[in-house]
Amino acid sequence: MGENTPFDEMYNADGSVREPYRALSEWLGEQPEKGLALMQADAEAIFRKLGITFAVYGSEEGTEKVIPFDVIPRIIAANEWRKLSRGIEQRVKALNAFLYDIYHRQEILKAGRIPEKLILNNAAFCPQMMGLEPARGVYAHIIGVDIVRVGPDEFYVLEDNLRTPSGVSYMLEDREAMMMLAPDLFQRSKVAPVETYPENLRRTLESVAPAGAGRNPVIAVLTPGIYNSAYFEHSFLADQMGAQLCEGQDLFVDGGKVYMRTTTGPERVDVIYRRIDDDYLDPLTFKPDSMLGVPGIFDAYRAGNVTLVNAPGTGIADDKAVYTYVPEIIEFYLGEKALLNNVPTYNCTDVDQRAWVLENIAELVVKEVHGSGGYGMMVGPTSTKAQHEEFKKKIIARPDNYIVQPTLALSTCPTHINNDVAPRHVDLRPYVLVGDEVRITPGGLTRVALKKGSLVVNSSQGGGTKDTWVLED
Amino acid sequence: MRMLGRTAQNLFWLSRYVERAENMARLLEVGYRMSLTSRREGGASEHLISMLQAAEMDEAFAERHEVADVDTVAYFMMFDPANPSSVYSCLQAARTNARSVRTAITTDMWESMNGAWLEFSQIKPRDVRGAKLLGLLQWVRQRSHEFRGALLGTILRDDGFAFLQAGNFVERADNTARILDMKYYVLLPRSSLVGGEIDIQQWTLILRAASAHRSYGHVYHDRYKAHNIADFLILRTEMPRSLIYCAHFVRDNLNLLAKLYGRREACHDAMDDLLKLVEGTNMDQIFTHGLHEFLNDFIDGNNRVTDTLSASYNFY
Repeated sequence: MGENTPFDEMYNADGSVREPYRALSEWLGEQPEKGLALMQADAEAIFRKLGITFAVYGSEEGTEKVIPFDVIPRIIAANEWRKLSRGIEQRVKALNAFLYDIYHRQEILKAGRIPEKLILNNAAFCPQMMGLEPARGVYAHIIGVDIVRVGPDEFYVLEDNLRTPSGVSYMLEDREAMMMLAPDLFQRSKVAPVETYPENLRRTLESVAPAGAGRNPVIAVLTPGIYNSAYFEHSFLADQMGAQLCEGQDLFVDGGKVYMRTTTGPERVDVIYRRIDDDYLDPLTFKPDSMLGVPGIFDAYRAGNVTLVNAPGTGIADDKAVYTYVPEIIEFYLGEKALLNNVPTYNCTDVDQRAWVLENIAELVVKEVHGSGGYGMMVGPTSTKAQHEEFKKKIIARPDNYIVQPTLALSTCPTHINNDVAPRHVDLRPYVLVGDEVRITPGGLTRVALKKGSLVVNSSQGGGTKDTWVLED
Repeated sequence: MRMLGRTAQNLFWLSRYVERAENMARLLEVGYRMSLTSRREGGASEHLISMLQAAEMDEAFAERHEVADVDTVAYFMMFDPANPSSVYSCLQAARTNARSVRTAITTDMWESMNGAWLEFSQIKPRDVRGAKLLGLLQWVRQRSHEFRGALLGTILRDDGFAFLQAGNFVERADNTARILDMKYYVLLPRSSLVGGEIDIQQWTLILRAASAHRSYGHVYHDRYKAHNIADFLILRTEMPRSLIYCAHFVRDNLNLLAKLYGRREACHDAMDDLLKLVEGTNMDQIFTHGLHEFLNDFIDGNNRVTDTLSASYNFY
């Protein structure tokens, strides 16, 4: 890994086109001058009109921005996808088994495979979940696995995202926009559909309804409200599933059951896909000053009268410090070798590793253990000397607050830049649903770093998205 | 799927705010035209102030501006974020409500609302002085029509539709009553007579504010007369901005709710009370009682419909 020239997904080193990209390459060659620029402008107009926006925290002007969309799709071959999806399925099964174990008998700790301290003293460990029996034993129902590619056959998992992964609405809208913009390109390729996601989400949620729910369980999407950065997605998913979009104030608990306030009085709710963080979910159990949650909802959950999706406390399995143990976790619960690679991760609390990290910081990536969204991280090779020094000081001050990884040479994809096509670094977030079965939508969200040479793909840091195609055989 | 009380509330107010934005534009247009045709010195300012009085915005205006001229009044009614009834504030509130109920409105409605807000929020107040003002006022009316068109053309005829429609026509009734009441505040010059040229000219502008100056002729085949004009805007069931038309419209939608939900609520009684004001009366009785008093009673009764509706359907 980490060769100097990053792997390009469209072109071989000799300049020839890789097989999955053949139709795209021909199509690009046929586009008239300014054709891509026009398409780009159309795409922007479509997204703004539909109100597909996200909020950038801390940005002064306009609270809503349109996430940049690149009109050139990213393409994954059928055999590549089969390998990836097998690896993903293995991972999410093992992580759910791990969560069940951690909140019950803690065999993996007793076996000494993971240090007890790392789990029990971890802020992401949720003692209130101990002994609770979630429907079907599933904790993480909705997962977005962050994957990067560094070679023809080399994929690495960066993060498992078992809390409330966002971005799935972009996956769906990107496809919608792409079909509007380039129907002729679709005609030349066999692209696996992604439109089934909302229905699969609904089936997954229904499959984990509490035992007492009727044949058509009532499903609600719980949102922090219209000022949340992902509000568009919350309303989009509720709409697509035909579920009720609720804020905390719309729900209340009575006699251990959850109801919503409707125009004709209270109505029972069975499954809640909540997009509110654990801490804010229930002021009676977690943060007492939370205005976003529903008082008493955790007790209703404990009593088995409602299902929360994802379960509280799943963060312990995607904690950046626990991440390094995932291969171990897979082996422990499934007796299998991990199919997908973990990125080697240096532990700064270890004196020797820390010394090495501080010496080589210019080559490394530093991430805050509890950071997300590209905030609080540093990519060594693209940072200044001053930033290196700043992060060195931070690591020395709080070694347990950071993990350090080698800088991966993320693969590049052709991307439309100023009416030209140039390679830009990409990652991939496939979306996984776990209920009565594991359902993985072919493809996922490709995020692209639009700045030349940049490896940070987060939308809050100038990243865009691409439609992601998995070709069918 | 049953509807959240908050969703019903958002739908009701979404429609109200769109209608209010349209009526702010109508009201301002009348004030603007009156000020252009005023024959006395200082008359322009007086007309604008009486318009603000009718809209119950005169005090808020006086706190912020010393002089009432077309520029200051237009800014206050169109663009001032501190004025909760300015077109700016109405469109913003309408869009916020629409965003909260994205799942309960259609894509066409959302796009219309979102587009109106995005365009309006780009406009710089200093670019629409003078002649351009009328163009913008017309634009506001048209965007309101577009939203209503999207609503009528695409939404299911269920409880959500009833709340949207009720909000629209509760607001319209309120605005028509206020536009009519403006005449009460517009003082006639001492030398003029009731029924004289200036008096009639003012009534004409009120008709215009209701987009009713052409249709008036089709109904009355007569010169503009105060009695007819008030009759047209209060009691004529074929006039889509008249008080009685709006009241009937709201009643029909409340009845739809009663049918869908299988029972009548307190708001249905409040509605009956409001209807008693406009049914079984005539303009002679209204003028004898006093037009201003009648309009006040109507506005109060109309507010009671909103209050009881909010309680009946668990708005919060």
